[in-house]
Amino acid sequence: MTAVLETDHLSLQFGGVNALSDVSMQIGEGSLYAIIGPNGAGKTSFFNCLTGYYRPTSGAVRFQGSEVTGLDAAKVAGLGVRRTFQNIRVFPKMSVLENVLAGGHLRATSNLLSIVVASPGFRRTERQLHEEAMSSLEFVGLADQWNNLAGDLPYGMRKRMELARVLIADPVVVLLDEPAAGVSSVEREELSRVIQRIHDRGTCVVMIEHDVDLVMEIATQVTVLDNGRIIASGLPQDVRTNPDVIRAYMGRDRK
Amino acid sequence: MPTENLLHPRRTTLDGFRVMRSGLVVALVVAAALVPQMTHNQYYLGVAFQAEMLMCLALGLNIVVGYAGMLDLGFAAFFAIGAYTTGILSTKDHWSILASIAPGVVIAVVSALIIGFPTLRLRSDYLAVVTLGFGEIIQTIAINLNQTGGPTGIYAIPALTFGSVVVESNTGYYYVFFVLVLVFAIFSTRLRGSRLGRAWLCIREDEDAAKAMGINTNHYKLYAYVFGAVLGSITGSLYAPALTAISPASFGFSESLLIVMAVAIGGLGSIWGVMFGAAVVEIFPEVFRSFAQARLLVFGVALVILMVLRPRGLFPERAFQVVGARIRRRFDRPQGSATLQLAGDVLVGPGDKT
Ligand SMILES: Nc1ncnc2c1ncn2[C@@H]1O[C@H](COP(=O)(O)OP(=O)(O)O)[C@@H](O)[C@H]1O
Ligand SMILES: [Mg+2]
Repeated sequence: MTAVLETDHLSLQFGGVNALSDVSMQIGEGSLYAIIGPNGAGKTSFFNCLTGYYRPTSGAVRFQGSEVTGLDAAKVAGLGVRRTFQNIRVFPKMSVLENVLAGGHLRATSNLLSIVVASPGFRRTERQLHEEAMSSLEFVGLADQWNNLAGDLPYGMRKRMELARVLIADPVVVLLDEPAAGVSSVEREELSRVIQRIHDRGTCVVMIEHDVDLVMEIATQVTVLDNGRIIASGLPQDVRTNPDVIRAYMGRDRK
Repeated sequence: MPTENLLHPRRTTLDGFRVMRSGLVVALVVAAALVPQMTHNQYYLGVAFQAEMLMCLALGLNIVVGYAGMLDLGFAAFFAIGAYTTGILSTKDHWSILASIAPGVVIAVVSALIIGFPTLRLRSDYLAVVTLGFGEIIQTIAINLNQTGGPTGIYAIPALTFGSVVVESNTGYYYVFFVLVLVFAIFSTRLRGSRLGRAWLCIREDEDAAKAMGINTNHYKLYAYVFGAVLGSITGSLYAPALTAISPASFGFSESLLIVMAVAIGGLGSIWGVMFGAAVVEIFPEVFRSFAQARLLVFGVALVILMVLRPRGLFPERAFQVVGARIRRRFDRPQGSATLQLAGDVLVGPGDKT
């Protein structure tokens, strides 16, 4: 299995805090990769390093074999590595449809002249992008919300809109930071189905998730972080029974 | 909030609303075009074309402040660059006014790039300080250079000509700026409906998230600043012949502030709002001339009340939609889940908020 996304001895420090220490991970093509670990383990920091939001103190990030360490966030997104945010980030004063269209920013290629004169080429590109945005919204079950302001959507719907915004870009890898956190159990079912469908389309999915049941149900591979270090990695059923994991993660969670 | 659509109680909302809105737009444009036919009072016409000019400036600044969310407190600098370029070239080198627009735009773009490139990465409050300084620098240059006529400025600027047509009257300039407002408004609408407009709004709403969309935020901020500069400079180039004389006093901080006020009063990002705001800012103090000394105070109080009552402006920005009829028909549920706003009033389809 070839790695789509790979880190090599990645470390990240904030002052004296080691947010990540020596993290090497290979995320294979077609996997549904889950990253779990207690709060403050460094999961979000890891995503931020992968997507150009944080520059790692040392180590390397490779995407499809080429190094992307320290690349600007917009560039990384442009390569096809798309993400959602733990504390959802929608563009509140834009409509749901426009939020999704923004996700397709790099696919709207019209030049300034054709925009200003509203050329047939521009209209065609925009119409096509609108259609695709609506399909993405249908995919996550939000098509009827297209004309509402994103800021007016309830929490669970915003999470799904963020997914639609990622999908319209036709990404190679999707990084989801706690997609099921804080949603109702009905919404959780729905999200889990959507995530599996994204995976079924052949898109590589990496998700940070606290919900161990959800992870065990859909992930193909799991890595456990604790205090910025990998303490276990493997198939879900193996990780679940790993004594280190039980001690570090499950144990502390129950306390 | 009304619970049913008051304008079309029977029909569902979207298309009826659009027809009504188009009718309103046409009526407004026609009414504005007829203003010089309604009055021959030169003072009124003068105020009217000054209002149009402020609309042009406000539409330019709206791209920077309203769309991209960058506070620019020195926008009059670009207005000055256009006005002085045209003033100098037409009086000293006998350029035609129209021909002098291009060099004005070039100088404005180059200065926007020089100021913008290093500073647009800064947070918005730093940006406000830098642009404020830039506005002051341009005014100081205008006061101190010989070529710009020092504190007295440039006078006897020739009239605007199109071939053999000479534009000399207030009525003439009213129509020139009328066309310019239309062009700028259409230009802004087109930009807003494209990836440029979306990228700007994303940056305004959440710059970090914008990056995750693949938007090169630094580039797009610079584009917004440059587009604003271009519109400001073109307005300046036509302002010079309209007044026949320009002086540094017209391009100071107070002018910049007036433009910011027009944008904020009308509604950041809303093209109708911004134009309306410009009209208010220009006409309101004139109406209150009878208050003499106190008129600016009255104006100031009125502004404070307005901003308390309508913090997002008189005509706040709505959710933008240029969606094909096909998509609308397919996805709008018959009872209409869309919330539509006109002039701030929410018109809601029956059965909303299901
Ligand atoms: N921008 C930052 N500045 C300082 N410390 C940070 C920053 N981001 C994360 N950290 C620290 O790094 C550690 C890991 O945080 P995070 O990646 O958010 O964990 P998780 O997502 O696993 O809950 C925490 O100790 C956190 O305080
Ligand atoms: Mg986190």
